Amino acid sequence: MYFVSRKCAVVRIYQVRLQDLQQPAVSSKVFIQRDYSSGTICKFQTKFPSELESRIDKQQFEETIQTLNNLYAEAEKLGGKSYLEGCLACLTAYTIFLCMETHYEKVLKKIARYIKDQNEKIYAPRGLLLTDPIERGLRVVEITIFEDRSIGSGR
Amino acid sequence: MKNCEYQQIDPQALPTPTPTPPPHHGSEGDKKEEPRRPRRKWEVFPGKNRFFCGGRIIVARQSGVLPLTLGLILVTSGLFFIFDCPFLVKHLTSCIPVIGGVLFVFVVITLLQTSFTDPGILPRATPDEAADIEKQIDNTGNTSYRPPPRTKEVVINQQVVKLKYCFTCKMFRPPRTSHCSLCDNCVERFDHHCPWVGNCVGKRNYRFFYTFIVSLSFLTAFIFGCVTTHLALRAQGGKGLVFALQESPGSAVELVICFFSVWSILGLSGFHTYLVSSNLTTNEDIKGSWSGKSGEDVTNPYSHRNIFINCCSVLCGPMPPSLIDRRGFLPADESAQTGGADIEVPALATKSEINVCTQGTKGLLESATLPPLLSTSCPQGKPQTAHTCPDSSPAVNSDPSPELSVSCGARHAASSPGDASPSRHSKACSKKSKRAALHIPNPAFDIPVSPTSPDAASFAPLH
Repeated sequence: MYFVSRKCAVVRIYQVRLQDLQQPAVSSKVFIQRDYSSGTICKFQTKFPSELESRIDKQQFEETIQTLNNLYAEAEKLGGKSYLEGCLACLTAYTIFLCMETHYEKVLKKIARYIKDQNEKIYAPRGLLLTDPIERGLRVVEITIFEDRSIGSGR
Repeated sequence: MKNCEYQQIDPQALPTPTPTPPPHHGSEGDKKEEPRRPRRKWEVFPGKNRFFCGGRIIVARQSGVLPLTLGLILVTSGLFFIFDCPFLVKHLTSCIPVIGGVLFVFVVITLLQTSFTDPGILPRATPDEAADIEKQIDNTGNTSYRPPPRTKEVVINQQVVKLKYCFTCKMFRPPRTSHCSLCDNCVERFDHHCPWVGNCVGKRNYRFFYTFIVSLSFLTAFIFGCVTTHLALRAQGGKGLVFALQESPGSAVELVICFFSVWSILGLSGFHTYLVSSNLTTNEDIKGSWSGKSGEDVTNPYSHRNIFINCCSVLCGPMPPSLIDRRGFLPADESAQTGGADIEVPALATKSEINVCTQGTKGLLESATLPPLLSTSCPQGKPQTAHTCPDSSPAVNSDPSPELSVSCGARHAASSPGDASPSRHSKACSKKSKRAALHIPNPAFDIPVSPTSPDAASFAPLH
């Protein structure tokens, strides 16, 4: 429900409707870069960016990034299971990759669910949005900061 | 206040306001008039690749000599099964065609997988990312009139590794990543661009490539051995070799092909076995990144210091996913935006083939406008221009550190005096280079790469 002045009804309603339909305006984006100090494994820097200081707890942010790093480490772990998968694939001339979902892909799905969960519970209420790094080629974790809007879409 | 009467209005009860028409951007005008089918990301892929089967299969723009490779393998194996197997089954054992068949299947499957798999292409940075990185570089750079070379240093396992900025992809390349000028992509763990398979060899398809060359060397040696045995058996009893060859002419062809290829393929397999066991790439080995040539105490920071673990991690490690999401759909508003953001994108080209041709023509036009230095430099590392390659000029925008094909690698190794390339790989590479040089695509068809191609906008981002 919206309260509008009859005089400026048309213009106001139009603005309200468009605001209702559109996303909240994007204020800026922060990019968390990769941390290559341990080699080429997928790991993101846990340094807290200054742009997020007013929005989210430093510890919360670090916990999210650390969990992501742990999940990627799990995906790329060299161990008995991955060697078995690799050897079996080699014996079948790698044709099993056409039929089977690899361990890495399974963990990527887990990561996608985790990010969605974090967005719903922690980041969206604070006007932030995490983008899954796989959509950026595993280069960055993109955090979109939405403008702090006091009218309209607060539901 | 009395002029304004306030009343409650239910938004749902109001007529929907007409939406503003999307902005028309030049050549895409005709496409927006009717609802288009949603486009997939491979259709707007900025690199020089070709896609088939709706984006499932990816090859380099120039297929190189892949048809020749496939043809040679099929012809030789076909002749083997037709001419030699019947005789050998009768006189020796029936295992021979079985072993030959298994090896042949392995070779063909791994060859096709090497050629058609994404080697580990990194998607280009989105405009926001690129702007963010530029901002960071500007903050840390100095204010002299000459911009500093764009590198970043990281310490990996107590080794200092320099990360270079890729002007085409607008990002700092991760370690071990190189930009292949033939494919115009940054490829992770870039090994080399192989004309024989018509694709780059990188992180994702190195294991296929290695399996291919190992099984091919077994197949070639096996066929060579079988043909020799066959001819020897036929020539027994004083009949002579000529008689044997007359009886089985196919064997002569096989003998010639196998004799000339077995040495180079065995050499290449040996070389790559060495690389795998020390967790090196051809690129690093040729450049001598970790050989300590400059007298410093440098060791390979990626090696696990154990041959077995190195082999397992390279060949049996987890299979990384493709980062370019070829079959994903472009969001409708993004396809509009990409049309607007880079007006030179060949919007006419929905088919990948036309896309490639148009990009090639655009590249030609762009390179014509660039200063001659850039347009004739050899970031591709072509042998014929290797000697003019401005190797270490920081002013050249295009980061000309050689993104090598194997053939150019041999030439570079030979020409750079400081490099002490090991004899085994220069031997293998020189053999390959002699043959590959014959098959290097005609420069007339090879459009010089414009490294700062403005049309190569970032790969359509998902917001």
